Amino acid sequence: MSAGVEGKGWDVLDSQDRARFEQLVLPHLDAAFNLSRWLMHGRVDAEDVAQEAMMRALRFFRGFHGGDARAWLLQIVRNTCYTWLEKNRSVDLTTEFDEELHPQPSVTPEALAIAGDNRERLTRALEELPARFREVLVLRELEGCSYKEIAAITSAPIGTVMSALARARQRLQRVLTQSAAQHKQEAGREL
Amino acid sequence: MSCELTQSVLHGYLDGELDAARAADFERHLISCPDCVAALEANENLRSSLQRAGLYERAPHALRQAVQAQLGAPARSSVIPMRNPAPWRWLAIAATFLLAVFLGWRLFPLLRGTSGETALASAIVDAHLRSLQPGHLEDVQSTDQHTVKPWFDGKLDFAPPVHDFVNEGFPLQGGRLDVVHGRTVAVLVYARRKHLVNVFVWPTTEPDSEPLSGSQLGYHWIDWRKAGMEMCAVSDVTPDDLAELQHLLMQ
Repeated sequence: MSAGVEGKGWDVLDSQDRARFEQLVLPHLDAAFNLSRWLMHGRVDAEDVAQEAMMRALRFFRGFHGGDARAWLLQIVRNTCYTWLEKNRSVDLTTEFDEELHPQPSVTPEALAIAGDNRERLTRALEELPARFREVLVLRELEGCSYKEIAAITSAPIGTVMSALARARQRLQRVLTQSAAQHKQEAGREL
Repeated sequence: MSCELTQSVLHGYLDGELDAARAADFERHLISCPDCVAALEANENLRSSLQRAGLYERAPHALRQAVQAQLGAPARSSVIPMRNPAPWRWLAIAATFLLAVFLGWRLFPLLRGTSGETALASAIVDAHLRSLQPGHLEDVQSTDQHTVKPWFDGKLDFAPPVHDFVNEGFPLQGGRLDVVHGRTVAVLVYARRKHLVNVFVWPTTEPDSEPLSGSQLGYHWIDWRKAGMEMCAVSDVTPDDLAELQHLLMQ
């Protein structure tokens, strides 16, 4: 395929390409929105960014030469989200990679089971995680992606995906049990 | 302080990403490491909480509609005028198609088969012509059948047979997806000297059939069914060459 064709926009996509796009990429619109929703916080922003990402996917579609269409699309969604976040909420990304220097208090499975049994609390805890931890959890647990797919989507080596997941899960457990303990304390005081 | 495997391998194990040997190693380790046992249980709980909580959010209807509009559904084209090709292009495509059908009907009245098969042949000759335009021939360009075959995985609900016949004078060039009569088909592309042959493949429930051949607009086609697959090869090579390829594909 010539570079000239790739450089042009969706207006050069013919009906055959559109049919292929509808068949290969469009079925992953839910996945695109879900990732966008968890990276962007607000639903309105999530919709805008997902729509922009779909437009970009359409524009770049001639550069897609087969393979995993979902991973290809989610990579575009992720890039679009980060571009947007960098432009609009620099705070979100600067607090990214604060390493866990302190030993973690151990979390008992029972405490976690109780803490996790609350959708609202889970949502808040997930939203509190840095974006790069949140995205691996969303891709793995909600989207069911393999490490290989996550590596492709986040442009990271597979080993990095595994350690990011480890840290993400650890932090989520901590946030969850802390918020559950806090809730219990507050409830106790009110009595 | 907990075992360092809780920071790494444990997650690969939990996610089913370890190979059999490493998974077995980790299972042996679990016997002697209460830290890992507790961490594994905690992480399993976390996973089931996340999955049970219904956190997955599907695309809202408005977003779906907006994306459909971008794709150029006719009802919305006025909103985003750039997205549709100029109407004359559609007319040109339609005219070419009608011409092909007309010529097929008028000049080759001996084309065998029912009118349904004639229409199918026209659609396939049309798809063949379209594929010869620049950039349309292959989605996966490879002379290696082991590259072309897996490329189709996940894109189709059937597995087309992919073989290279380079020693027989029909080197494999690649493959692509196409739509014929609203159905997605696999297309294998072979070369014969300087000419190209498109072989369209799709599943069928009809019984096996003898090859049926014909020509339209100077292109020859040959169509047959075998073992639940219908194939139609089309090209400007001689009917003898086409029959030879058909023989190879039948085996």
